[in-house]
Amino acid sequence: MCGIAGLIHRGKSSNVGSELQQMLQALKHRGPDSTGYALYAENDGKNFIMRFKVGENVGEGSTSVNEDASVYDERKKLVDQMLKELGANIVKDEKLTPYSYRYEMQFDKDLMEFSKKIESINGVEILSIGKSLELIKDLGDAAAVSERYGLGDVKGTHAIGHARMATESGVDIKSAHPFWGYPFSDVSVVHNGQLTNYWNNRRVLENKGMRFMSECDSELIAVYLAEKMRNGATLEEGMKDSLTGLDGVFTYFVATKDSLGMAKDTMAAKPLVLYESDDLVAMGSEEIAIRSILPQEIDTYDPFDGEVKVWRI
Amino acid sequence: MANLKTSEKKTKAQSMGLHTEVLTGKTQQKFFNPDEAENFYYWGTYDVDFNKRTDLDVKDLDCKEANRKIDDLMSQGYGTIVIKNPQGKHSLGVGILNKLNLIFEGSLGYFGVGSIDGPTVRINGRVGWSCAENMMAGKVVIEKNAGSCFGAAIRGGDLICKGSVGARTGIDQKGGTIIIGGDAGAFTGFMMQRGRIIILGDVGINLGDSMYDGTIYVGGKIGSFGSDAVESPMTKSDMDWLKRKLKVAEIGENFDMSKMTKVVAGKKLWNYDALEPTEKKGAI
Repeated sequence: MCGIAGLIHRGKSSNVGSELQQMLQALKHRGPDSTGYALYAENDGKNFIMRFKVGENVGEGSTSVNEDASVYDERKKLVDQMLKELGANIVKDEKLTPYSYRYEMQFDKDLMEFSKKIESINGVEILSIGKSLELIKDLGDAAAVSERYGLGDVKGTHAIGHARMATESGVDIKSAHPFWGYPFSDVSVVHNGQLTNYWNNRRVLENKGMRFMSECDSELIAVYLAEKMRNGATLEEGMKDSLTGLDGVFTYFVATKDSLGMAKDTMAAKPLVLYESDDLVAMGSEEIAIRSILPQEIDTYDPFDGEVKVWRI
Repeated sequence: MANLKTSEKKTKAQSMGLHTEVLTGKTQQKFFNPDEAENFYYWGTYDVDFNKRTDLDVKDLDCKEANRKIDDLMSQGYGTIVIKNPQGKHSLGVGILNKLNLIFEGSLGYFGVGSIDGPTVRINGRVGWSCAENMMAGKVVIEKNAGSCFGAAIRGGDLICKGSVGARTGIDQKGGTIIIGGDAGAFTGFMMQRGRIIILGDVGINLGDSMYDGTIYVGGKIGSFGSDAVESPMTKSDMDWLKRKLKVAEIGENFDMSKMTKVVAGKKLWNYDALEPTEKKGAI
């Protein structure tokens, strides 16, 4: 089933960490396996923020292989070494959990080559790179993940998130949403639905040099859009192409540094409720997600089949 | 499947798409005999007084608690119940099988007022997916928009949305009337079997896809026709009925009927036969 939620404040910042947590917690019944946040935070915009993991959260019930914490530490050392070799200057590093890190760094070369090198280290996956994107995903509900990573105080302009019920792949962080739009900085995607031409598309995109880190069908959307944008399409053009390029049922959100978009398949088989005002757009799989931050009486609506919308901050 | 015996007499009702078949199949005989007294009693129904009115704030109640509270109030004879702060909660006001004035001051989530038989419901907000699913009788009016699967499988009554609705409105509809003041999404009237849908605005792709029967009236543009859905000429009877229905529904009373398109089943997908499954097996 899965639940997705997103919001964008236009012309101002707000406490998006806390707001998204409330929205996702209201959707917990749609997906209790893992929760993910893509927060576009109030950072200074000078340094890249890289979030990466060196292992899985086996303690919380991940279906991945159990590994010793010393293996994680060894991988982290290899990442540090590789960053030096690539010429990245680490400004700040934080260990968030035994298996995940947040680095602020200065880097001005090709992100695709950079990512390939880092991810060539066994067991290492970059969750996101961006100047404002803070992508956090882990097992547990929205409140548990928010508390684990201290997201309650994060301020920013927009955010998307996902409460996952695992159906197509394992219960682990690598299959959790949001997915980073590799190799673009600050691009993230969440999805509710099933894609039926995943393997066909994956083979084509891998042949074009794109990378897949999981076997979750939703990752295809992030890779699909990234590949379109790599070839010069705008976000909106890529999203419109996806309505015919992707087969199956889907409602998905995509966020970039300064925008938030939604797309709904031509069967309109997956739910989405939308609230739109001059200074705020909030949307979710169910109205209760929006009500969790806007308890007053508001006008909401369901976007129609095949609809694509993009809002800017 | 029931054996359909068609009356030869052509009536005005038939010309409008109404039906006069008599169901005589064994399934009908076995499971529903209208002469049996037990078929006239609904368990869990109440005699209520419309003049006895009360408010119910459901802000801090979950849907089960709220529905039990509504049931309690009906058992005390309250015939007009105003629900405050529904706040998009799911499955509110379901399974009400008696006359009642039920007013929601706010919006409902999924499966609102499903499986009802008799109440008059007014929702001063929006409704989520599958509002009034399986409604048997009564009247439901939504002041704002509605989600997908609006009026799925309704058997009777009037279901009115003054705003726009999502996809698959009237899916599997078996009777009654659905009226939409705004636009409707894709697959409206998907597999509908009887009843009528009126849309004053535009409608999306695959209108009336695989419809067996029933009638859809569209006042605006049609995205595309679904499989076996065909346009049919509007008759005077259609126009008279529409005018009366829209007037009673207090929506689109002055709508220009010449803009209406009537859509019915082409009946090319019909594959009925007269044999019951057990009889068919014997014949084979």
